[in-house]
This record gives sequence, C-alpha cells and structure tokens, in this order.
Amino acid sequence: MLRGASLQKKIINIYMSVLVFTENWDGKFKKLSFELASYASSVAGKLGITTTALSIGKVEEDELKKLANFGVSKIIDIRNDKLIRLDNQVYTQVISTVAEREKATVVVISNNNTGKAIAPRLSVKLKAGIVSGVTGLPVSLEPMVIRKKVFSGKAYSLVEIKTPVKILTLSQNSYELVPRDLDSVIESFSPDYDTGVIKTTVKSVQKQTGKVILTDAEIVVSGGRGMKSPDHWAPLEELAELLGAGLACSRPVSDEGWRSHEEHAGQTGKIIAPNLYMAFGISGAIQHLAGVSSSKYIVAVNTDKDAPIFEAADYGIVGDAHKVLPELIKEIKAAKSS
Amino acid sequence: MKILVCMSNVPDTTTKIRFTQENRKFDSTGVQWIINPWDELALTRALQMKEDPAQSIEKITVINVGTAHTEPTLRKALAIGADDAIRIDAEPADAYFVAGQIAGVVKQKEFDIILCGIESSDYNGSTVGGMLAEFLEIPSVSAISSLRIENNEVLINRDIDGGREELTIPVPFVGIVQKGIAKEPRIPAMRGIMMARQKPMEIFQPVDIQILTKTTGFESLPPKEPCKMIEPENIKDLINLLQNEAKVI
Repeated sequence: MLRGASLQKKIINIYMSVLVFTENWDGKFKKLSFELASYASSVAGKLGITTTALSIGKVEEDELKKLANFGVSKIIDIRNDKLIRLDNQVYTQVISTVAEREKATVVVISNNNTGKAIAPRLSVKLKAGIVSGVTGLPVSLEPMVIRKKVFSGKAYSLVEIKTPVKILTLSQNSYELVPRDLDSVIESFSPDYDTGVIKTTVKSVQKQTGKVILTDAEIVVSGGRGMKSPDHWAPLEELAELLGAGLACSRPVSDEGWRSHEEHAGQTGKIIAPNLYMAFGISGAIQHLAGVSSSKYIVAVNTDKDAPIFEAADYGIVGDAHKVLPELIKEIKAAKSS
Repeated sequence: MKILVCMSNVPDTTTKIRFTQENRKFDSTGVQWIINPWDELALTRALQMKEDPAQSIEKITVINVGTAHTEPTLRKALAIGADDAIRIDAEPADAYFVAGQIAGVVKQKEFDIILCGIESSDYNGSTVGGMLAEFLEIPSVSAISSLRIENNEVLINRDIDGGREELTIPVPFVGIVQKGIAKEPRIPAMRGIMMARQKPMEIFQPVDIQILTKTTGFESLPPKEPCKMIEPENIKDLINLLQNEAKVI
C-alpha cells in the first residue's frame, strides 16, 4: 500500500510542466499562440504545475515576454537559422527533446497545418496518446478524458488518454484568451538534432499577402452557387474588406473554378470556426455545414426559405444576395461611422 | 513506382449519427459505409498518375485496417481501379494502433509513395499519416494539394499556414493529401465491378501494438436555437443583432 502510494508520488514528481509549442510569423506571435498559451496554462492550473512555452525562430525578448501575460512562466527560446524552415522530422526531434528536458506531461500544439504535420509524429516519438482538434479543457484529469467533435461535427466523443505523456491539439479560435500576469524566465537552448533526415527541397514559397488567412479569420464572408457567376464576387470582397474578414466559398464554387480551392470551406475543404460566418447564396449541404458549423454565429442569406442553411444559422434573410449585399455594406458603413 | 493508398471505412456523410449502449458505442444499424472522402481523392489522384505513362506508376495497392465488414469498401476501391488490396484483420482501436498496423505491412512490402487522406470523416483525427511516417522513420508531407512525377522526380504543392509551398521529395515518403489533389471521385463502372472480384485481396493478421487512447463515450450536440429571420428591408435589425446580441462586429 505504502509502496504503491510512494511510487505514485514519484511518478507525479517526474512530470513538472505543460509544454506549449508556439508559432510566430516573421518574429511576431500569431493570436493562436496566445490562445495555446491560455489553454495550456488552464490545463497546468488544473494539474497544479507550470506552463513552459517553446519558441523556435527569431523572436525578440519583448515579444517572447507577451507569453507571460497568458500564464507562461518559462520560455525556451531556440534561435537557429537552420530551424526557420519547418521540417516535420526535425521539429519532431526538437519538440520531443524539449518535452523530455522540461518533464512535460501535456504538450499543447495548434490543430492547424503545422500542428497536423508535427503532432502525430511527436505522438509516436514520445509514445504519447493524442487527442486532436480539442475545443475545451479536459472533462477529467485522472484519468485524462477530453471531449472532441467527431463525425464531422455531428456529435462529441469522450476520449481517454492512457499514457503518462499526452498531446492535445487545439482548434483555432476555440479557446478564449485568459490574461494571467506572470513573471517569466527566458532560457536559450540549442538542441541537438539530425539534419540528415531533411529530404525535401523547397522550390518556391508563395505567402498569402494582404488577405486575411481563412483559418485565422474571426469573421468569414462566403459565397455559394447562388452568387450565379464569378463576376459577382466584388460585393463579397468589399464586405470582407470592410469587416476585416476572410473570404470563403462552397464546394461547387471551387469545383467550377470560380474561386481557388484554398477558399473552399466545408468537409473536404477547410474546417473553420470563426466568431461570425456569413453565407450568401449557399444552400447548406451537409458537407458544407460540416466545415462551418463550429462558427459561433452564422448569418445566412438565401432565396430559398427551405434551404438547410437556415437550420444551422442564427440569423437569416430570405432574399437575393445581390440585393442584400449592397444594403448590408451601406448599413455597416453607416453603423461604423456613427 | 508503387503507390499504397490507406483507406478508412466511414459512415456515409449524410448518415444520421446515433449511439447505443448508453452512448458508449456507435450504432451501425442501417449505416451506409463509404471510402473516407479524402482517401477517395488520394486514390483518384493515384489512378490519374498511373494512366499517364510519363509518371511510370507500376501498381496501386489499397490498404485498410478493419474486420471483414469493411471488405466492400476495399472492393469498391478495386472496382474504381486499384490493382490489389490488403486488409489487416482487426478493429481499428485508435490512430496509433492503425498506423502501427499499416507500418508493419509496409515494412514487409515495398512502396514508394504512401498516400493518406488528411482526415477521416468519422473520428476526424488527422493523425494516421504522420504517425505512419514516424513509425517508418521516413519523411511526410502534409496538406498536399497537388502531386505529380516529372522526370522521375516527385513534385508536390502543399498548403502551409498562410501560403503555399512547392517542393520535391525522394521516395519513399508519406503524402497526406487534401482538397485540390483531385476533383470528382470516380464511380465504379460495371466492368470495373466485375474485374474487382478477380483482383487479389490479401488478409494480414494484426501485430501487437499498444492502444494509447480509448473512446469512452459519445454525446449529442446541444439543440440549437431556431434561426431568427429578418426581413430583407430591415437590414438595420441584422446589424443591431450582430453588434448588440452576438457582439461579433
């Protein structure tokens, strides 16, 4: 009995932190990194341990310190020019080295493209059970059970992680920022890693410029077949610009080549969860709803009052998008200037 | 080159999702099973590549971890045009287990390009492809939106957060594919269905792999408030709701 209890205590003492993998954009943290830090700190708080953040790349001290505002007490700062380019295998090595060094029991990563590339590899490397696309805190800690959406948003499942080290990937825009002012220490670190695994050769990189990145967007303006022609996108673009919103479209629109597939929101396109999703001329096929139903509010404009989009929407207008859009733009401008 | 396409057997997207045994088990009564949509796109692209002699694809194999009830899904893949199929005879307990099983088979056979859909439409994990690559200690490229072979070189476009990257990679590697890789999936023709019956389907017994996670139960989504309808002439009301009720603009 006594032996069992002391053994358990020992196991608990082995793990000291929740590790959060942050992402920066040319040296500046994205909002998602603060969401991740907030989430990791809430998990750490429940476990009674501290939060350590890992930053790879050239991020200045002022910027690193911003993580402390969201509950991070230690920042591992890896500045290595060779690590600026994301290679799944190298990043997996580096994060697992840091996770072991920091005695992390939970590793928190974004469920974006970067996270999806790294987290599964890390799961095998650390033999750590993973739950991906989580949107809230664990429902229990011992054993650790997490709720996540399954069947493309049609239900929740409860997943138990059976391993001592656990990986959680957080859906973007699903966890509120929680300000917690802490003193933090920054520690420089140069991990060893094997560059021999880098096999890919990047021939070109095109960065989206001037546009709001769809998966980062807090508001998304979206058009469907009801827009009738690719020539009718100007009012959607104007509305998006007015609201600082990302632009999306339905599957037929991208399949027809009216818009790039990168804008396709839906089950096989991008899964998004903005605060506000505005659907114009989209009927709301189940596959489309699977990609957007996690939005906090949905506005639908469609000529067909029986369109399924109205079952998913919070606010609806039965009307022609071509007539509603100019009015909407006018009224938003008026509301903004008042 | 030889391509392996990993497939999940999932409920049709339009299926009503229900649970039994006090919400502990998925209720498969009356469920129509399909090839996971992303895996189907991967297979479609593999077939397009094989049809182009310049890309010199020798063979396309499909693989699935599942009990005998998943065989119709593999047969459908054969009917669409895959050359042979492998089924690992086990319940797919979790992503780690599935990836470990597939890795076990890949180590015995040789494949140059291993394709996985970026996600499955049942558990939406997005993890099997990356795990498989780590088990095999080979590179993986995720979010692939275009894939082709030119002069024996594999050319890939992939989405990165906030942009796009074009890259080349030596084989073997795991390619995790998404929307854009192929357009419409193919529908099996009668001739294909007849031929599929003759194509080889190999059954492997599972290897010993630990299970790291367990689905302990399911919950339905909370019911949604009905949509508030606004007359097209009262756009101001919508702005008011968005500003003061939803507080999103």
